[in-house]
Amino acid sequence: MKNRYDVIVVGAGPAGSITAKTAASGGLDVLLIEKRQEIGDPVRCAEGVGKEDLKKHIEPDPRWIAAEVKGSKILSPDGTEIKMSEEASSGKAGYTLERKVFDRALAQQAAMAGAEVMVKTRATGLLRSNGKVTGINAMYMGETHEIKANIVIGADGVESKVGRWGGIDTSLKPVDIDTCAQFLVSNIDAGEYSMFYLGEKYTPGGYVWIFPKGKHTANVGLGLLGSKSGNVRAITLLENFLKNYMPHAKILEMVVGGVPVSGPIKQTVTDGLMLVGDAARQSDPLTGGGIINGMNAGKMAGEVCIKAKEIGDYSVKTLKEYEDKWRATIGIELSKSLKVKNLLVKLTDEQLNQLAHSLKGVDTSKMALPVLLLILFKKNPKILWELRTLFV
Amino acid sequence: MTVNVNRYKCGYCGACVGVCPVGALELVETWIEVNNTCTNCGVCAKICPVGALVVVK
Repeated sequence: MKNRYDVIVVGAGPAGSITAKTAASGGLDVLLIEKRQEIGDPVRCAEGVGKEDLKKHIEPDPRWIAAEVKGSKILSPDGTEIKMSEEASSGKAGYTLERKVFDRALAQQAAMAGAEVMVKTRATGLLRSNGKVTGINAMYMGETHEIKANIVIGADGVESKVGRWGGIDTSLKPVDIDTCAQFLVSNIDAGEYSMFYLGEKYTPGGYVWIFPKGKHTANVGLGLLGSKSGNVRAITLLENFLKNYMPHAKILEMVVGGVPVSGPIKQTVTDGLMLVGDAARQSDPLTGGGIINGMNAGKMAGEVCIKAKEIGDYSVKTLKEYEDKWRATIGIELSKSLKVKNLLVKLTDEQLNQLAHSLKGVDTSKMALPVLLLILFKKNPKILWELRTLFV
Repeated sequence: MTVNVNRYKCGYCGACVGVCPVGALELVETWIEVNNTCTNCGVCAKICPVGALVVVK
């Protein structure tokens, strides 16, 4: 470890590693730190990801692909099935990842691009000079260090502190977080589709997912909206789901976590500081998916780091380009998803069934979510009236 | 004012850290630390996926 870098990235998840890799590839001196002693572990993720989106960042590698899926199936509360997102050409639309291996592979890419990587190294605060962020305080093996940098990247996930230290309020209200639990289960037939079960009968304001990880193993999990939690725990609802619907499933692993579902927050950059991924609350409010958004944002942030170094300015004036870019792309999608989520959590199980029934006779199997929503809106304008602005 | 964390239950996911309005919590590898700025608001206890946090009254 040196005492000065161009860029320090706090957090070696997908968003942080892509930022570090991008900046290092541009010739910048980059330090990527991870507070855990192992990158990628313990997992806090359902591990589902779209194939084409992922390929833009990394060549698929069997070492971190647990399973391929054909598409998705959404199940309404009465069991009506909506098949979607099947890939026409390859027949496989997505992957279930092995995040423990995937995250390490991404960190390795950052390292190979020239970034220095430090594990078991936790940021404990920010260095400042004239109001600008100029580095971090870090703890490694119980010893504190001051490390200077022109830019600090907060890629520190749902529990992000970097933004708060920099004066950006990233705290989530209960309505802005999904509280989740998941078991990796075995002794089941996992099928070839990512499954989503909707309904209050399973979980309030969220859904149950079953993502195949192999022929006989799957990630089975659920999320519920924090504002609907309190007396009921995600883990308890999940135990009930297994008992009632998958009585033969045997549990191999437990995963818990919180997923930001706030939609775009007001600010993600300040002088000498940028936030990416879950730390910037860039996970999708509807699906909870955050890997691709985090990687896309990381690439944008890394590119802006390179530009900032070229012109020698690390103030908001330069870094704002990152904020503008992600808002115009990821941000627009987050806002749309937030609208849909806000409506969905209000619908009764009966209304969800009505929506599913209205698709009878429609071949949805190749459709992506936006197209499916438009059809649902046309067929059920009364229930979905709130969403009309999405389609103009 | 503080919250008690049942470390035998805690899954060290950091969700509580993300919702704490005053930044009183910190996830250090496998445990949660609570500092003295905690206001007993109880948001962390409400959203914990496993119910590991209890507000000290």
